[in-house]
Amino acid sequence: MYNENLITEENIEMINENFIEDEQLKIDISETVGDIHVEDPRIIAKNVNVFYGEKIAINNVSIDIGKNEVLAMIGPSGCGKSTFLRCLNRMNDTIESCKVQGEIYLDNKNILEKKTDVVPLRARVGMVFQKPNPFPKSIYDNVAYGPKIHGLAKNKTELDEIVFNSLERAGLLAEVKDRLNSPGTSLSGGQQQRLCIARTIAVSPEVILMDEPCSALDPIATAKVEQLIYELKENFTIVIVTHAMQQAARVSQRTAYFHLGNLVEVGATEKIFTTPQHKLTESYITGRFG
Amino acid sequence: MFFIIALLGVSGYFAGLRKSLIIREKNTLHSTPIYHGVLLAVNSSLASILTLVVWLIIEKNIFYELKFFREYLYFLTFIVFSFTATLTYNKIKHEFKARDNLEKIIKLFLLSCSSLAILVTIGIFLSVIFESQKFFNTIPIIDFLFGTHWSPQMPIREDQVGSSGAFGAVPLFTGTFLIAFIAMCIAGPIGLMSAIYLSEYATKNVRNFIKPLTEILAGIPTVVYGFFAVIVVAPFIRNTGEQLGISIASESALAAGLVMGIMIIPFVSSISDDVINAVPRNLKDGSLGIGATKSETIIKVIIPAALPGIIGGLLLAVSRAIGETMIVVMAAGMSANLTANPFEAVTTVTVQIVILLVGDQEFDSPKTLAAFALGLVLFFITLILNYIALHIVRKYREQYE
Repeated sequence: MYNENLITEENIEMINENFIEDEQLKIDISETVGDIHVEDPRIIAKNVNVFYGEKIAINNVSIDIGKNEVLAMIGPSGCGKSTFLRCLNRMNDTIESCKVQGEIYLDNKNILEKKTDVVPLRARVGMVFQKPNPFPKSIYDNVAYGPKIHGLAKNKTELDEIVFNSLERAGLLAEVKDRLNSPGTSLSGGQQQRLCIARTIAVSPEVILMDEPCSALDPIATAKVEQLIYELKENFTIVIVTHAMQQAARVSQRTAYFHLGNLVEVGATEKIFTTPQHKLTESYITGRFG
Repeated sequence: MFFIIALLGVSGYFAGLRKSLIIREKNTLHSTPIYHGVLLAVNSSLASILTLVVWLIIEKNIFYELKFFREYLYFLTFIVFSFTATLTYNKIKHEFKARDNLEKIIKLFLLSCSSLAILVTIGIFLSVIFESQKFFNTIPIIDFLFGTHWSPQMPIREDQVGSSGAFGAVPLFTGTFLIAFIAMCIAGPIGLMSAIYLSEYATKNVRNFIKPLTEILAGIPTVVYGFFAVIVVAPFIRNTGEQLGISIASESALAAGLVMGIMIIPFVSSISDDVINAVPRNLKDGSLGIGATKSETIIKVIIPAALPGIIGGLLLAVSRAIGETMIVVMAAGMSANLTANPFEAVTTVTVQIVILLVGDQEFDSPKTLAAFALGLVLFFITLILNYIALHIVRKYREQYE
């Protein structure tokens, strides 16, 4: 199957059901509650709308993402959080029926403009996916893939350095340094995911997007990846989509709650999880639906 | 006869249905009435058809005199029918498992359908082996497999001049492989690239337009390709060759190979297309997500991931090219040259088989028997190729499922 986060018929049905529910509750979700601005933003999204064909998937979302912060995006399935994440490095371009409107500024340049070159953009805004997806190559070549295509290393020594450094930062070097030439697919699921993170940081991005990076991993592997995310925020801006609310609470500084394509509430993670202002956020966090 | 059995069967169905309906009035049934009816009809019809077939086989092969008792055949069939029908009819009780019995019959029927292919393959194989055996009685197998001279003539009289006969199959196989090689040089890259374009670059509309068009290529009869080779391609190659100062025979391996290549393009492209589409989307996303371009992604990630499948597809295409006959008959010529020069006329195994068996032939001379020996070797080669190819393709599928 294709990306599971796309709007499928099932999801749309769910959205419609939720609409009915919302009408009954008479809750307004078109205005975002909380503080969308931060002091030192790296990414500023303004009035972003996303359509799949005729269907609207993201409705007028505006949010700042600060430097060296981890922003968690939570919300029920089909709420558009993954879709919004994929706007941030234009991965939605690969889906034919998808249209994105609005403005997203990365260091004061609107990346949604037609003339934006997506290749350097995606090098600056890297992405880690839900399912570990190592290439059918050796562990070394998996990490060296990005630096090679972007010409980041002048010679073999520099390339080695980048690869070892990335594996080290992904906390994987100790486990794989004796078998860098064995295929990346021979690793365990958690190791594969950390390999994919190493692959992403090897091109030294400024922002890393993570789309439910732990949903295919067991609890131990999840703990390792979470630890890694916590360490990576020293050097990178991280946006993570997650279904696990504890995970959001553990790794993020700010949390954004999405519902039916709307950004309902955003704020400091502690605040969202202890004193949510919006009724829907509260319902979701207390597990009344999701 | 079959019509009568069908009629009887239908009436059996209603009889079974009626009885089971009556039983259901008073008692619970294990299976629904329809199953009882169908089982009765199927059981008795099968039994009578079996009787017919057995009778006819015995009559043809073993006991010829049975022919004079033909009128009893109808009678016998009818008896068998009524016998099995009554037997099944009496079985219909409330606990009788008609559904399970019918399920067993269906399973047997399906099994026999699927074993048909195997039986036919074995039959073909055996018949070819026996005929080849006769051939190898006169011509040593070593001479056949490793001889480099092919002129399949046998003296009719002892004192006949100039037709000593030679059965060295090497030139035929080199010709076959030469043409298949040329064909793959054309079909491999073009088919693969068109598959890449269709699966990765083309928009939906373009894909919907081009894909049926390439599939039309697969529907053209090979004879028509043969015309095309003889009338258009061969003269074109010869003229071009003349202008460049190369002498090219009017029938050349190149012409046949080119046209055969065009013929198998859709084959290669549709298999590669499937394989490329089977590469998981998240691999592609992973590559695009760290800023690789589309072509970098295709060359460095998609093709390596799809490679085993693509190779399997190419091997299947090779075995098609080797078995292809019509184009080569028309375009490549018949002279058994041992050469690797694509501008010369060559001949292939399939062409020689055709030539050996066309016209009035006696089926005991080495000349015609040679055809079976050639067929046997060809059969083995394509069998091995197919086996390897399917094995590779299957392995590849497992990897991603």
